[in-house]
Amino acid sequence: MRKQIPIYFVFGSGIIMIVQYFIPSEESDWLFTYANDWVIVVGIFALALGIWSLLRSEFRKLKDPKERFYAAVLLFGFFIMIFTGLKAENLEAGSLMFDIFENVLIPIQATIFSLLAFYVASAAYRAFRARTVLATILLLTAFIIMARLLPLGPISEVNQYGVAWILAIPNMAAKRAITMGVGLGAIATCIKIILGIERTYLGHD
Amino acid sequence: MTFWDKLMNIDRRWVYLCIGIVVIIPAIIPFKVPVSTTLEVERIYDFVESCEAGDYIYLGIDYDPSTLAELDPMTYAILNHAFSKDVNVITACLSQFGPAMAELRLTEVAQQYGKESGKDYCFLGYRPYPAITILSMGLDFQVTFPLDYYGVPVDSLEIMQGIRNLQDVKGVISLTAGNVADFWITYGNGRFGFPLALGVTGVMGADYYQYLQSGQIFGLIPGIKGAAEYEVLSGFETTGLRSIPYQTLSHGVILLFIIISNIGYFASKRKKRT
Amino acid sequence: MEFETIIWHGLAAFLTLCIFTFLYKDNPFYKFAERLVAGVAAGYWTMLVFHKLFVDKVYHTMATGQYAYIIPILLGIGMWTRFSKKHSWISRYSIAFYIGISTGVSIPVYMYTYIFRQISATIIPFTSISNVLVVIFVLCALFYFFFSKAHTGAFNIVSKIGIYTLMIGFGAGFGLTVMGRVALLVQRILFLKDYVREVAAFIGG
Repeated sequence: MRKQIPIYFVFGSGIIMIVQYFIPSEESDWLFTYANDWVIVVGIFALALGIWSLLRSEFRKLKDPKERFYAAVLLFGFFIMIFTGLKAENLEAGSLMFDIFENVLIPIQATIFSLLAFYVASAAYRAFRARTVLATILLLTAFIIMARLLPLGPISEVNQYGVAWILAIPNMAAKRAITMGVGLGAIATCIKIILGIERTYLGHD
Repeated sequence: MTFWDKLMNIDRRWVYLCIGIVVIIPAIIPFKVPVSTTLEVERIYDFVESCEAGDYIYLGIDYDPSTLAELDPMTYAILNHAFSKDVNVITACLSQFGPAMAELRLTEVAQQYGKESGKDYCFLGYRPYPAITILSMGLDFQVTFPLDYYGVPVDSLEIMQGIRNLQDVKGVISLTAGNVADFWITYGNGRFGFPLALGVTGVMGADYYQYLQSGQIFGLIPGIKGAAEYEVLSGFETTGLRSIPYQTLSHGVILLFIIISNIGYFASKRKKRT
Repeated sequence: MEFETIIWHGLAAFLTLCIFTFLYKDNPFYKFAERLVAGVAAGYWTMLVFHKLFVDKVYHTMATGQYAYIIPILLGIGMWTRFSKKHSWISRYSIAFYIGISTGVSIPVYMYTYIFRQISATIIPFTSISNVLVVIFVLCALFYFFFSKAHTGAFNIVSKIGIYTLMIGFGAGFGLTVMGRVALLVQRILFLKDYVREVAAFIGG
């Protein structure tokens, strides 16, 4: 029963939302608007779970001498943002919380991702070898696309047309085929969930 | 190990060093690289250009600090362009670490043009679950965002008197990294059919040409090159155009490494055969 | 430039360099910055969820008399039973509400966006070579994923064209990825350059 009722609930609400799509009326729009808004409200409480889960694991790490320092650093960062952000205005530009956000969070996050520039260069050097026909096609396409940023005089103009054509025709066709496959897969999964065939989201007893 | 084998097996740290050096060169010796524009970016420029004073556009600043390098120049250029034409801009943020950044960029540009929050522009704030939020905004802004980012009731804002939902704006431009772009296409354009354009990161760029061809989006700004193109078209220069010389040199070096690696590969293969 | 700004930007520059040290190898500076950003991000996120989500969607709705919202609020609180072994079944109702509505609203739009619109955009008049190629490339790429028929004889040629199309798509994706990753690095270099200028200007008066 503890599993059956939620499954019936998913079926009922899922079918109602599908039917709603095909009945454009004021009442149906009202139902749609508030159903979505209620989902957001439910979801807000789920977000708190993530925060609680993180804190619980970090407090546990404080007991381990090897992990202690870095767990303390994380908790320091966490609580400093809590104390500096007690008022809603603290989220706006000019506050101490905003300064920490701008000078700690932004540079670190941006720099962590910037490391990928080095890795992508190294990967291109190691992996882009014309070993097979397929690898050669991959290599040549990437080469043409990358070369558009080089000022090569009259070759640049031809290259720009080539890049535009590659992106608009074969690249587009490849991505469309993948998208249609992904779309069919997503629809199948949704139908399985509504019909109660896929129920892993309910967890185990 | 032969010379050709060595060409194929340069230590990764030398590759890193070369990249590190070439991105510093334009910082010491500045130079400029011409940027040609593409149709997909021109369409977005033309759309903003076609807006008249008082028209509404929705600008989604849907990105985190991790991708601000590519998307920030787009935000600045489009905001400058829109405010210079007295277009009413409604914004929100569907990315979790984006709201503070979005607010700063919006107020920074708005102040340059003497624009007032709630009158000439509006920052609705942040909501999680982008797909559901887009669906909700498609029917009613005020249900999704009862208060704006500053805690003011949205129904009391002067700018919001003429419009109720995303279907009432002239067009939606979302600057986004990650799957928020897909949500805008699926749940925004797919459900409500409003004109949609995207500004995306370079990594995502190639994935959205199919939607351009099918008319689900009317324009696309792919990565920093696209941002630089918009800057050229609109005349509002920030870091997009400034980045291009760095891009040119680093792309040159990466292409050189690919050539070296392939020369090594073919020469060593030939040697093994003989 | 104010002294305070120089200090804040100095902290950002220091943390940027901490992250870059990872290029040599994993080290305490990198770990410190990485853990700090995790804490700061979680702290910022917590306060954002509280001020902009709980206040807006929970407190405000109740304060303005929208008592129907008590239903999603109770369902949301039910999410928190996830941590209790005895009562975690309650959270299934909340998850069922979320999943049912989300899948229900998704099926029609997935069908429309990923299938119908893609098919209709592929059925185009053969007025140019590019149009003909769009149709051929999409069909071939789709056929490559069709495993119910052996890829032999004429089907092998179709499948080959399909995989070549996909490779062009992946090559184009990689070419643009390089640009994206380098852009992230360039932004950090520009930040460091501007910081050096700021300091020089500050010292020079």
